[in-house]
Amino acid sequence: MTANASAKPLAPRDENDVIAAVADARAAGTPLEIVGGATKRTIGRPMQTAATLSVARLSGITLYEPSELVLGAHAGTPLKDIEKELANNRQRLAFEPIDYRGLLASDGEPTVGEPTIGAVAAANLSGPRRIYAGAARDALLGIRMVTGRGEVVKSGGRVMKNVTGYDLVKLSAGSWGTLGVFTEVIFKVLPETHSERTLVFEGLTDASAVASMSAGLGSPFEVTGAAHMAAGIDGPAKTLLRIEGFDEQMVYRSGELKKLLRTFGVPALLADDASRALWLKVRDATFFAGTDEAVWRISVAPSHGAAIGAAATAAGGRVFYDWGGGLVWVAMPAASGDGGAAALRAVLPADGHATLVRAPETLRAAVDVFQPQPPAHAALTRGVKDAFDPDHILNPGRMYAGM
Amino acid sequence: MSFIAMPKPDPEIIARRAEIAAGLRAIVGDEGLIVSEDERRAYETDALTAYRAMPLAVVLPATTGEVSAVLKFLNAQKVPVVARGAGTSLAGGALPSEDAVVLGVSRMSAVLEMNFADRVAVLQSGITNIAISQAVAHEQFFYAPDPSSQLACTIAGNIAMNSGGAHCLKYGVTTNNLLGVKMVMMDGTVLDIGGAALDAGGYDLLGLVCGSEGQLGIVTEATVRILRQAEGARPVLLGFDSAEAAGACVSDIIGHGIVPVAIEYMDRPAIKVCESFAHAGYPLDVEALLIVEVEGSEDEIEAMLARIVEIAGSHGTRTPRIARTEAESLAIWKGRKSAFGAMGRISDYMCMDGTIPTGRLPEVLVKIDAICKGHGLSVANIFHAGDGNLHPLILYNVNDPAELEKAEKAGADILKLCVEVGGCLTGEHGVGIEKRDLMLDQFNETDLHQQQRLKTLFDPRWLLNPAKVFPLEGRLQG
Repeated sequence: MTANASAKPLAPRDENDVIAAVADARAAGTPLEIVGGATKRTIGRPMQTAATLSVARLSGITLYEPSELVLGAHAGTPLKDIEKELANNRQRLAFEPIDYRGLLASDGEPTVGEPTIGAVAAANLSGPRRIYAGAARDALLGIRMVTGRGEVVKSGGRVMKNVTGYDLVKLSAGSWGTLGVFTEVIFKVLPETHSERTLVFEGLTDASAVASMSAGLGSPFEVTGAAHMAAGIDGPAKTLLRIEGFDEQMVYRSGELKKLLRTFGVPALLADDASRALWLKVRDATFFAGTDEAVWRISVAPSHGAAIGAAATAAGGRVFYDWGGGLVWVAMPAASGDGGAAALRAVLPADGHATLVRAPETLRAAVDVFQPQPPAHAALTRGVKDAFDPDHILNPGRMYAGM
Repeated sequence: MSFIAMPKPDPEIIARRAEIAAGLRAIVGDEGLIVSEDERRAYETDALTAYRAMPLAVVLPATTGEVSAVLKFLNAQKVPVVARGAGTSLAGGALPSEDAVVLGVSRMSAVLEMNFADRVAVLQSGITNIAISQAVAHEQFFYAPDPSSQLACTIAGNIAMNSGGAHCLKYGVTTNNLLGVKMVMMDGTVLDIGGAALDAGGYDLLGLVCGSEGQLGIVTEATVRILRQAEGARPVLLGFDSAEAAGACVSDIIGHGIVPVAIEYMDRPAIKVCESFAHAGYPLDVEALLIVEVEGSEDEIEAMLARIVEIAGSHGTRTPRIARTEAESLAIWKGRKSAFGAMGRISDYMCMDGTIPTGRLPEVLVKIDAICKGHGLSVANIFHAGDGNLHPLILYNVNDPAELEKAEKAGADILKLCVEVGGCLTGEHGVGIEKRDLMLDQFNETDLHQQQRLKTLFDPRWLLNPAKVFPLEGRLQG
């Protein structure tokens, strides 16, 4: 993993400690690896850092107003604590953040920590409900962070609508700890739905599956998840469409969807717990857990998905589509030299991107883990990094080489 | 004149006016350039009409290429540029200065692509908000953010201000519905940020651009999400004897796991004016009115509205009125959407836009009333109750400088109150000049400097809409 893996991490107790730790590191010119629960350390390019800074001790819910649909917490608060508190009030993080632990455990270095709420923001996690409920960036209302300058910067707040000043909330969501160390994050939350149903079509070809998911997502019945697993991924080919809501809505909407999609066959209907269990596997890409394949998370417009799936299959890879998440997940054979980078990126449209989320360190050092950028974008990216972290103290090189 | 200061125009630039106009004419021709005083007058203000300045010239490019050439030229000439959509900003976002060129996107308003399988539309940025929904309506799709000015306002302006609307309780604001932009930077560089895919590839530059008030670049094209229309939608009108009861009802609806498409609030003065304008059947004998809209099939709507009416009953609502027909629904929304226009027929007003935690609603409304009375003014409240985005309308006489100053002071006090209770200065209108000098009430200097570093990154000379967003003093510039 990183050069400092064995050293004892810096464990600040509060925001002031974080400021001091970053300021010290900056003065000494010693870069820091930033972690929360340390469960996603293997995502990104390998780093050469002098020390690890863990925000795990910055823990606890700072604000929760169920009737205002808002929850704030120190960045190191375990996600499971937050989900438990939300569940007590029949609420949830609607964007359905992926839990990477199962997928990344096969890397030879099992992840033992607990994912934290700060990392949900820093990695801009999302899930199959993406099309309906957005990603972490869409629910993230406010942040406090310690930048690489050793300064506390806040943006956004605790209210649903806020356009006061530039949106540093969105800019820092998904920046993987390279711009600042989050100390507190505030999310919009939503009520749990009373029940859910999943229509399961078996045996569809990829092309039919794409057509059925498109029809479902383009219907007025508020499909909150659509996924397709070709034969061999999870038994016979399965195409899933999920709806959520009140009981009477489930009866009506599942009936209407069946009618709308009758040319694709008669689907099985999974309710509640059975439905939830299946979507957890889609969310967490569980189908690819426990192997030594290189795993790619590819974000493209739906109409490009089939071409990517075909290219991946031709190169010996396995594929499933989290259509509601806007994703094609690909697992490439361990033996392929570049993990399939060239083959997959060759068929990407200009606005698509492929991220290598699981691979051995040597491969992550050899190929671009994050999608390479055209020169103008790369220059802005570097400029943004320099604006927040001029000495490249925070997670240097994790996203792009040399920054 | 009023008390929001603008930087002194640079006489050296004004002296070069003819030369600058000639340079612009060489790029966009006569049809894309406005220099006569009469025609420039149409661009001297926006919807914050108390402030005016005659721009140096107005340029209306027809293509991204022309925008690029114009910006490159003006960057070299060191001339400030104020981007303009339809000029409906309530915050002075499109207010020019005498040494600035207004760049309007009104000649770029085409629909470039509609892709119903991918559920996206690609548009030139001068298209009006409503025209996007109209363009995709034949397939029963729509574009979700719906600012009250949607008949006139452009997607360019919506992106600049990250505009919201009545229905964003369910569907989110512009930034949640924007997937990509083509943007021209001040040095003429054309960038495609985002696209039809849902995720950002690296840093979320799109998230930064959205809401940057025309200070980072000029957006010429936008890729937006389009959504399938619900099978139906109907509102219910709920009247209450007090703001407290209405506020508690909003909390309780959400507490029951119901997130309606919209929850709009009006107080007694606003109800009266809107009803006399729209004849929507609003009750006139209540202190507070909620318009709650739900979507779905007929049966789903009936069931949901019944639940909501039952909840409202426990908060003492009187004679709830469910819209039974399309015409009744339209009338109810006509009243709400024309509220600002209707108020404008009886008085000049200044429209505030703070957001507060919804739990503080009753207390804040009482204080807003006291603030306005303290300045000898009256106020009407119309706002998005579901998300706490307030729109107090402070009534005053625009032709009386003393009243204008009082109104601005009352407005500033209201916004400070919003920040004090945990909210923010602006929920959907933007900072512009209006809230510029209040930014230090919400942020400290470190916060603002971090934002300003990004301004400098995109526009090193600070030529794009420079007098906006950040207080003129203490800028980390250049």
